[in-house]
This record gives sequence, C-alpha cells and structure tokens, in this order.
Amino acid sequence: MAKDHAVEFKGISKRFGHKTANDKVDLYLDRGVIMSLLGENGSGKTTLMNMLAGIYFPDEGEIFIDGKPVVIKSPKDAFDNGIGMIHQHFKLVDVFTAAENIVLGLREEGRLDRRKVSAKVREIAEKYGFDIDPDKKIYEMSVSEKQTVEIIKVLYRGADILILDEPTAVLTPQETGKLFKVLKAMRADGKSIILITHKLNEVMEISDVVAVLRKGQHVATVRTSETSEKELTEMMVGHTVSLDIDRPLPVDPKPRLTVAGLTVKDSEGVTKLDDVGLVAYGGEILGIAGIAGSGQKELLEAIAGLRHIQKGSIIYTPEHEAPAELVGKSPMEIKEAGVALAFVPEDRLGMGLVGGMGMTGNMMLRSWNKGKGIFVDTKAPEKLAEKVLENLDVQTPGIDYPVRKLSGGNVQKVLVGREIASAPSVLMSAYAVRGLDINTSYTIYNLMTEQKMKGVAVVFVGEDLDVLLELCDRILVLCGGKVSGVVDARKATKEQIGLMMTSTDFIHSSPMPGETISQAEAMVAKAREEEERLAREKAEAAAAAAAVAEAEAEAQTEATEEAVKEVEKND
Amino acid sequence: MTEKVPLIRLTKREDMAKSKVWLIRLLAFLLALVLGGLVFLIAGANPITAYSTMIAGSLGKATGIRQVVKVAVPLLGTALALAPCFAMRFWNIGAEGQITMGAMMATFFALKMVNSMPSPVLLLVMGASAAIMGALWAGIPAFFKARWGTNETLFTLMMNYIAIGIVGWLQGGPWEGKPGSQIIPMFDERAVLPTVFGVHIGWILVLVLTFLMYIYMTKTKHGYEIAVLGESENTARYAGMDVRKVMLRTACLSGGIAGLVGFMICSGADQTLYQNVAGGVGFTAITVTWLAQLNPFAMIIISLLLAVLSKGASTIQTIMGVPASISDIITGIILLCMLGCEFFINYKMIFRGHEELPAAPETAAPGVTAAPGKEVEA
Ligand SMILES: Nc1ncnc2c1ncn2[C@@H]1O[C@H](COP(=O)(O)OP(=O)(O)OP(=O)(O)O)[C@@H](O)[C@H]1O
Ligand SMILES: [Mg+2]
Repeated sequence: MAKDHAVEFKGISKRFGHKTANDKVDLYLDRGVIMSLLGENGSGKTTLMNMLAGIYFPDEGEIFIDGKPVVIKSPKDAFDNGIGMIHQHFKLVDVFTAAENIVLGLREEGRLDRRKVSAKVREIAEKYGFDIDPDKKIYEMSVSEKQTVEIIKVLYRGADILILDEPTAVLTPQETGKLFKVLKAMRADGKSIILITHKLNEVMEISDVVAVLRKGQHVATVRTSETSEKELTEMMVGHTVSLDIDRPLPVDPKPRLTVAGLTVKDSEGVTKLDDVGLVAYGGEILGIAGIAGSGQKELLEAIAGLRHIQKGSIIYTPEHEAPAELVGKSPMEIKEAGVALAFVPEDRLGMGLVGGMGMTGNMMLRSWNKGKGIFVDTKAPEKLAEKVLENLDVQTPGIDYPVRKLSGGNVQKVLVGREIASAPSVLMSAYAVRGLDINTSYTIYNLMTEQKMKGVAVVFVGEDLDVLLELCDRILVLCGGKVSGVVDARKATKEQIGLMMTSTDFIHSSPMPGETISQAEAMVAKAREEEERLAREKAEAAAAAAAVAEAEAEAQTEATEEAVKEVEKND
Repeated sequence: MTEKVPLIRLTKREDMAKSKVWLIRLLAFLLALVLGGLVFLIAGANPITAYSTMIAGSLGKATGIRQVVKVAVPLLGTALALAPCFAMRFWNIGAEGQITMGAMMATFFALKMVNSMPSPVLLLVMGASAAIMGALWAGIPAFFKARWGTNETLFTLMMNYIAIGIVGWLQGGPWEGKPGSQIIPMFDERAVLPTVFGVHIGWILVLVLTFLMYIYMTKTKHGYEIAVLGESENTARYAGMDVRKVMLRTACLSGGIAGLVGFMICSGADQTLYQNVAGGVGFTAITVTWLAQLNPFAMIIISLLLAVLSKGASTIQTIMGVPASISDIITGIILLCMLGCEFFINYKMIFRGHEELPAAPETAAPGVTAAPGKEVEA
C-alpha cells in the first residue's frame, strides 16, 4: 500500500432489527479530499456516518484511520481520532453563546478562560473564512449561523475528518456558496470532508469524488470530473430514470385565492409582509421565489390562518360556491374549507408529525375531527397511509411503524404525501423537497402538476430557480416582504428573477412583441391587472404609512446591496 | 483488534416477539420473588412458608379474596384516572387530594341529605357530586397550567395537602360525631353502596370503567387528541386542536374518576370519612399506571398483584410476626425488576466475542443486486 487512507471502511454492516441499514460497505477517503455521499432516502448514509462519529457501533466490519484499525464507541472516541460530525439536527444549547457551546463538554485543565476561547474561535474563523461572533447567543442566530457554530465546534476539537449531514438542506443558495468556500479552504488545509447532500449540482460543484449508496450497499465511488448528474442518478436508483417535469397548459383557470394589501408583522413588530397582493388560479401552479426570509413562510402561514394579520384581505373562491373572506377564520376552518398547507418546517417532527405514531396515526392528524360522534375513523387514514406508501415509495416496515425511526427523507414523504392527499382546492407548499432524493423530488413535482390538472390552485414556494422555471406557470417574486413582480414562468429567465429577488423597483416583465400570447400569458396579464387594481385601491392607505416605510427602505437597501453583490458573484 | 471491542455493548432491539416479551416479564417477576425471599431470610423467616402464608392469607379463603378485591378496587380506579393525564404528559400527582375531596362531597350528602331522598337517588347524588368535586380539584391546577403555564406537578401535589387539611378540619369540627371524638359518624346504611359477592359494588364499576377507558384512549377523538398533545403541543395546535381545552378536559376527567374512587372508598369500604381516606392510593396508583404502561387491562393485573402483596403482608405479620413493611420492600423489588426488564426488552447486550452472525446473506456483489419488485439495473 503506497499511502494510508485517511478513513477506510471495511465490510461495515449495521442492522436495526430486521432492517439492514448498511450492508458490507467498503469505502475509503484520502486527505485533502471532499467526498460527496449520495443515495436515495433511507439508503443508509446517515447510519454509515453515525458509525464513524461514534453514535452507532457497527455490527460487522472495521474502520481504519490512517491505516490503523480503530474502535469508535462514543463521540468522544471519534473526536480523539480527529473525526467530527455536523448532524442534520443541531445540538446546541440555546441560552449559551457560540463560544460557550463550542467549549461545552471539553475537559480542559483549570478554569474556563473565555477570552482565550473567543480568541481561538476567531483564529479558526479567520483561517477558513467563517463569519461568526463568538459572544452571540444561539437563540439569536439564524440556521446558517448555528451551523457555523457546529462546524467550528468540531474544528476547535481538532477534527481533521469532517462529516456534514445534509448541511445545505436548510441554507439559502448564498449561504451555501459561503459554506462551500469554507469547505474548499479546509480541503486546502489537508482536511478530509464527507458531505451528504441530495442536490446533484452541489455534488458536481464541490466534491472531488462521489460515493454512491443504494439500499445500504456501496455501489461505486467515482471521480466527479468523470461522471455526470445523469449517471449518478442512475447509480443511485439502480435503473434509468427520466427527470422531466411535464408542464401542460392550465385548463380553464379561475381565480381561487385573491390576496390584497396583506400586511403582517411578527411578534417583535417587524414587518414581514408589506401590502402583498396576488391572485392564485385554480388549475395553475403559482411559484413563489425570493431570497430566504423575504416573507414566503409568512405569506403561506397568513393564508393558512396561522399568523396575525395587520391588514389586508384574502378572498377564497371555491368551485361552485360564493367567495369567502379568510381573514379572521381559525386555521381549522380554513383547512376545512379546502386550503391545505404542506409546510415543511426545519423541525419536521416538531410540527405536523407525531414521531411516536405510525403513518396511520399521522394521516389521522388531518382527519381526526371528521365525522360525527366521539369515535375516530381509522379506516380512511389507513387507506390513505397505504396510498402514500405506494405513491411515494416510503421506506418503512409498515404503516404502523413509528415515523420517528424512519430516515429523514422518508419522514418528509409522509408529511408531504398527507397534505397532497387531503384533496385540497388550494395546495400551498414550502420547501416540499427539502431533504428528498432527486427521484422522489420529481415524484413530488409531478404530484403537484397532477393536482393542478385537477383544478387545484397550487402555490409552490421553492428555492431552486431552475425547478421553479420548469414547474410553475407563473412566478411571483418577493423581496423584503414586498411583491416585486409576477412573471410568466415559460418566458422568464433566471437572471430576470434573480434581479427581481433583490429589488422591488423592477418593472413587470412584458410579453415580447410579435409572440403569440399564450394562455398562461393571458393569465399573467389578467392577474396583473387585478393586482394593479388592488394596489391602486390600497395606494391611499399606503400613503399614510409612507413615513414608516421610508425608514425601513433605508435598512432594506443595505441588505439589497449585499444580496446584489452575492448574485453577481454567483452569476 | 478484537480485544479492543467493548466488552458489552448495547444495541436497540426492534421487533421482539410478543411471546418473548412476556416471557422476559415473567422471568423478571420470578427474579423479584427470589430476591424477596432473600429479604425474608434476612428478616429471619423461611421464604417458602412466608410466601405460602401470603398466598393462603390473601387468596386461600373467600374472605381473603374479598379483602384483596377491596384493596384493588381503588388502586385500579385511580390508575385508570391517571392514565389519560399521563398519556398527555400532564403529571397529575394529586389523585390523593382528588380522592379526598370526592369522598368529602359524598360524605356531605351521606350525612346531611340522608333523610331527604331514597337510597338509590342518594347514592347517585353522592357519586355525581364526588366526581364533580374531584374534577374541580384537578381542574384548578390544569387551568393554571393552561393559562399561565404553571408547573402541574407541584401544583397538584400541593392541592393534596389542602384537601387533607380540609377533611381534617371537618373531622374535628363541623362534622364531628360525638363531641371530642374527632370522628365523623358512620354512614346510615342508606348511604352505603350495596354489595355483590360480599364486596361493595365498586368492583363492577371499576371493571366497566376499565373497558370504557380502553375505548376512550384508543378509539375516540378525545383519546387521539390526548396522544398527540402528549407527543408535541405544536403538532396538536397545527392539527387544529384546542390545546387548553384538551388539557383542562382531560385533567377534569382524571380528577372526576379519582373523585368517584373517593366515593367508593368512603361509601363502600370505610362507610365513613376520615382524613386519611385516600391512604396513599393516589401515589401507589402512579406505580400501577406506569407498570401497566397506560394499558387499562394490564392495570387490573397489577393492582390485583399489589393488593395480594399488601393483604399477604398483613397475614404474615399476624401469623409469623414478620413486619408488614416487608411487603413495601418486596413491592419495591418487584417494581425494580419489572422496570429493569423493560430495558432488556428494548436493548440487546452483545458480549465481546459473541457477535451474532448475519442473517441469511441475500447479497450479491454490490451494484448488481436490486430489491425484489424493482427492475434490475439498466
Ligand atoms: N434508530 C433507528 N431505528 C430503526 N431503524 C433505523 C434507525 N436509524 C435508521 N434506521 C433505518 O435504516 C435505514 C437507513 O437510514 P438512514 O437514516 O441511514 O438513511 P439516509 O440515507 O440518511 O436517508 P435520508 O436521505 O432520508 O436521510 C432506513 O430504512 C431507516 O428506517
Ligand atoms: Mg439521513
């Protein structure tokens, strides 16, 4: 052997009951290399990495570090071997500062010298290009900042083998860019990095080699430069797949949801939505684009009745029924009216799912109150669970197996599957494919389209502009809580939307002269007219709030400038 | 390399056969008996005779059985009362007080209204008022928790002392029988629960209640709400449940059943009221509920078991002169063994060098296999 590998798995197997999560995995990784670990949901990626990080102990096989066999029984053993893992769910103490969290659990001689810790944290941050304030409390931090703390925590402990489990699932493209820069700096420093992700473009961008797992087995490790997204997908799935989104024209679109002048403040009084107007048609997919935190989440939550609305109206026009105002209704009433929210929260199990129950119990969460009498109906949820299991190919031993024990992506399938299956007339989804493997993501896209063809008004908040442009009929772009425009998804370009995401001054795109006006385009025009009319009506009211808005706008421009720079860099 | 593998390691078990689970529980119980036997030895008694005396004293004669049932009835009833609260993760440790207050209310009618209505009506009124009073007593802490997020554990515990204090005052004051006796008079027989097979009718009541509670917890909307709320408040809210209402309603139901138990104790078993009417049942029932893992039918067995132990203990005290507190020790040992065995049901210990061989290898070379039902790699 010429050179010892940084990490090597030899014949590693891990079983949970009858379920084989890893099956005789042979895998190695060298120093100064970034490896992507790819595989479908439930293929055993997290389990394999947990064995390196000392969370699980393998049933069979050996792990070698620098060519020497090691026994990793606990996270501490992992640290002693220079291994650090950043988990999908962060493990930080909210009321402590970044620095305190970083040294937490370290057994150092003598008293804790805060200044020395802070200095060392700063040193690490500088070396790799992190952005961090060691004295900031965790509860004041954004997801990406928390992640930074987790990474520095393992670096502080001297890790030179880093494992990141789906770190980009919760990051904005800008934040992902930053993370990747840091990872490259670490690679230059000779560290070995294992990155789990479902986003193939990221795999191609960042990694040197790609290891693919399928049903717990190691299929192959290939050089990134010698492979393609298509080939990787096929390796992962085991057969050829077509990754196309079918986008039929909307048939007979009718306004289903008309939002006007919607203004929402959060509990601290910060304006999250500012005079938002939109029209969602039955039979179309309305995409919502924007930099993370531009009000997407608040918009959907406001419509679903989960947010206090300062002012504005939300008119819901069901098929064959009179229009109704949703503002002032309870979330339950709104849900019952047929407005479904398939929101995928950062903490999947905390909201929307009951970890200790099986799929059936979780399906019941939507229907438990249906029907007269005191008894719950278990037959319908059972059928629904079977259907979701089949449609989305959920990897579970059975519909009554606690969902907590499923892999991250499969937990998500249960959530999304349930919302889609609730036969809504408005289906809102945010980050529906977060953490889902590519194949399943496309299944979800196609299910959305299926809903659209049934006449459902689909509102789709997404992060991936390519997907939005391929899937949606129209795209509404939010910027800092304001609508910066609505575009025809069949005509718009990524650059155009990127610009609109960072500035509200952007003028609505207009149809190119000489082109036939498509049905979708006509809808854009109609929707725009409607929105403009609403805007005019709200104009007077807005004048009063102008003074406040000005102060806010100032703060906004700063943020905007930064974002523009970011976009320019990315382009 | 092998010698560096940890000596013992634990892995989670997933699907153990039901029969095996019960076998382990049985073994744990036997182990507890053996350990209890050692305690008898230390106390200077022959374990075999001690155990057989306990059995003979509690289950050997009809009177013994009757007394066992009498002890088991309030235990089972209270355990049932606690089940929905615990499923909701509302730590109601105030059953003691709820029983006491229920009994107090029933006693009020038994003492003051005995001449104004026929016996069956009187008994119904006593039961209903006891349930309402118990519900109120549990409802107060629940209301505070729902409204201001106070800690229910402490609050319900404190309410116990208030209840016991109130009855103590009644006993020595307004409701005192013979002046200076510090005793509330015995109930008129019109205010006493009728008996069936020599035990007050409460035993039928709790059996019916067991069945109803099982249905309530597993088949009703309320039961589902409780289960979801117990897991996550956020999820409950997301599902459109009224968290405060569910919390309040469940606590009141729990307190109501406890109050009813109080009625059964004073009207059926004691036929009077005194300060110690609950006699620790509210606390022992917590053990029953936990050991039964909230399963109402398992509660029947466990409360009977505990009743046999306590009845048997008083027998050996009289016959063999062994202190009755031995029964508490043995109860503790049984508890420890039962809880311990749950650990072995959930985890598997693997000793170094005894690794299990993999299940039938169904694997071929990586990259060639495909799961059944899926097309093989293109
Ligand atoms: N603690 C556990 N108990 C039982 N089964 C488990 C446990 N952890 C994982 N599994 C099972 O092992 C398999 C592999 O899970 P793992 O979490 O490693 O998948 P993954 O590749 O990380 O998937 P994802 O992309 O969805 O996160 C799944 O079928 C899962 O249900
Ligand atoms: Mg995972």
